[in-house]
Amino acid sequence: MSALLQVENLAKRFGGIVATDDVVFNIPEGELHAVIGPNGAGKTTLISQLFGQLMPDSGRVTFAGTDITRLPMHQRSALGLARSFQITSLFLDLSVLDNVALAVQAHAGHSFHFWRDARKQSELRDPARAVLDRAGLAHLGNRSAAALSHGERRQLELAMALAGSPRMLLLDEPMAGLGPEESARMVDMLRELKRKYTILLVEHDMEAVFALADRITVLVYGRVIASGPPDEIRGNAQVREAYLGEEDHVEGAVNG
Amino acid sequence: MALNLRTLVAALLVLALLLVPVYAAFIGNNFILSVCTRMVILAIAATSLNLIMGYGGMVSFGHAAYLGIGGYVVGILAFEGIYSGFIQWPLALVVSAVFALVIGALSLRTKGVYFIMITLAFAQMIYYVGVSLSRYGADDGLTIQRRSQFGDLINMSHKATFYYVCLACLFITLFVVWRLVNSRFGMAIQGARSNDTRMRAIGFPTYRYKLTCFVIAGTICGLAGALLANHTDFISPAVMHWTRSGDLIVMVVLGGMATLFGPLIGTVAFLALEEALPFVMSKTIDPYFIPSGIRPSEYWQIILGPLLLLVVLFARGGIDGFLARISDKEPS
Repeated sequence: MSALLQVENLAKRFGGIVATDDVVFNIPEGELHAVIGPNGAGKTTLISQLFGQLMPDSGRVTFAGTDITRLPMHQRSALGLARSFQITSLFLDLSVLDNVALAVQAHAGHSFHFWRDARKQSELRDPARAVLDRAGLAHLGNRSAAALSHGERRQLELAMALAGSPRMLLLDEPMAGLGPEESARMVDMLRELKRKYTILLVEHDMEAVFALADRITVLVYGRVIASGPPDEIRGNAQVREAYLGEEDHVEGAVNG
Repeated sequence: MALNLRTLVAALLVLALLLVPVYAAFIGNNFILSVCTRMVILAIAATSLNLIMGYGGMVSFGHAAYLGIGGYVVGILAFEGIYSGFIQWPLALVVSAVFALVIGALSLRTKGVYFIMITLAFAQMIYYVGVSLSRYGADDGLTIQRRSQFGDLINMSHKATFYYVCLACLFITLFVVWRLVNSRFGMAIQGARSNDTRMRAIGFPTYRYKLTCFVIAGTICGLAGALLANHTDFISPAVMHWTRSGDLIVMVVLGGMATLFGPLIGTVAFLALEEALPFVMSKTIDPYFIPSGIRPSEYWQIILGPLLLLVVLFARGGIDGFLARISDKEPS
């Protein structure tokens, strides 16, 4: 059981719709594991269950040896799991630095400190500045988060996930809505992160996925139809059929 | 801090409040002192509401309940022969805190409109408990024969002394709220207002922080209730009526949510309008209506309503926000 994240027989249905259907996969420490699939395949639903926003109907999620299937979000976060959102989710009425400092504060013990000015505490501000620097937002720290461009918001979204020094990142389409230039910068950032964190990446940008991923899981209608290294997935007939809508190039054997 | 219009107004307001008893003694009229005492007490209540509503995003439509709870603790104890303020006041705070804990623990499981409605429902329940307290005057209320006794320390029956006690409580409240909202706790509260899901995602158990904030606000408002009962020498369910909770919300919104001095400014403005509008209307509009027998000044809310509408529509952030915007435009 060396895998950092283990997903066993996860299932979730909304009425008659099966959003997650008996999903099984493992992610060992240090791997960048991509989850791809057509729209509506249940990728975000999957991440939400891994992170505790949604509770699965059945199955089990184990993180670093702990069963986290029923834990609330903040406890998963405390164990070292962090997520970014497909639809940017920030504290828009606070400054950029405040946004990240809050994420640092979340992991600096409880927040029942009623007296000292949190904005003057270097143990919160310094790590927050360091994370902003890594995300390329150092110059925007005092700006209101609402004043950022879409691309900058995506970067801040990622910075906040990093600020809690997590062991594993669940990234939900970090490149959603980015232009080619911004996407390239994000790929560079992810490549940088890849060496330090275990990552589960949900992404539509196939070029990025195949460039970055160690392994890829393909989800269709909530069901895993293939899982393996990029080369294997590229050649998988079932994947091509389901995902790319191509039936001609049938090559290679199907792998589970 | 640069001296701008906004800080100037706050400073002048504080100075004016400090000088009220001097002015009252000078003109030999205690009415103004009584009006200002009420202003100061309600400003404490509004400041406490601002803590949960402005900073925490928890719109409580039942905040006046704590005015009543604090007041009834003082009134009931006095009725039963316990006059010591050293017992009355701490007990008023503790009972308010316990009520806030129970109400908050249940209400904070809901959000948005449901939260507003459930806090209103709790306040109404407490209101009707007050109405049914037949031993303590039921809906006629309870006259308080003696104000809280603090031995030889403070004489609460002396009007100016009592005013300064209230003012000291207000300044302490403002100071505490100021420290609170800028602390780690305050950042957590403001984060939860801004984006609760994200707060939980980055690792905050937001419920317990919001509940703590809710209890702190209820406790402070309980203090205001104890003061109010002493001020009026009377307590009745009327102080807990839902329209009183509405007034508190209006004061906060009018002055400026999530600003330190906003609720104080809003309370002063609201009560000043409450006093001034009927007076001004009786001098200006009423004469035209003499033949019809209607006195428009009795319906002064007709003017207050549209005024509030204007503030909400055109001065988001209330009076304080308006002053801040003017200050920012000045090249200072």
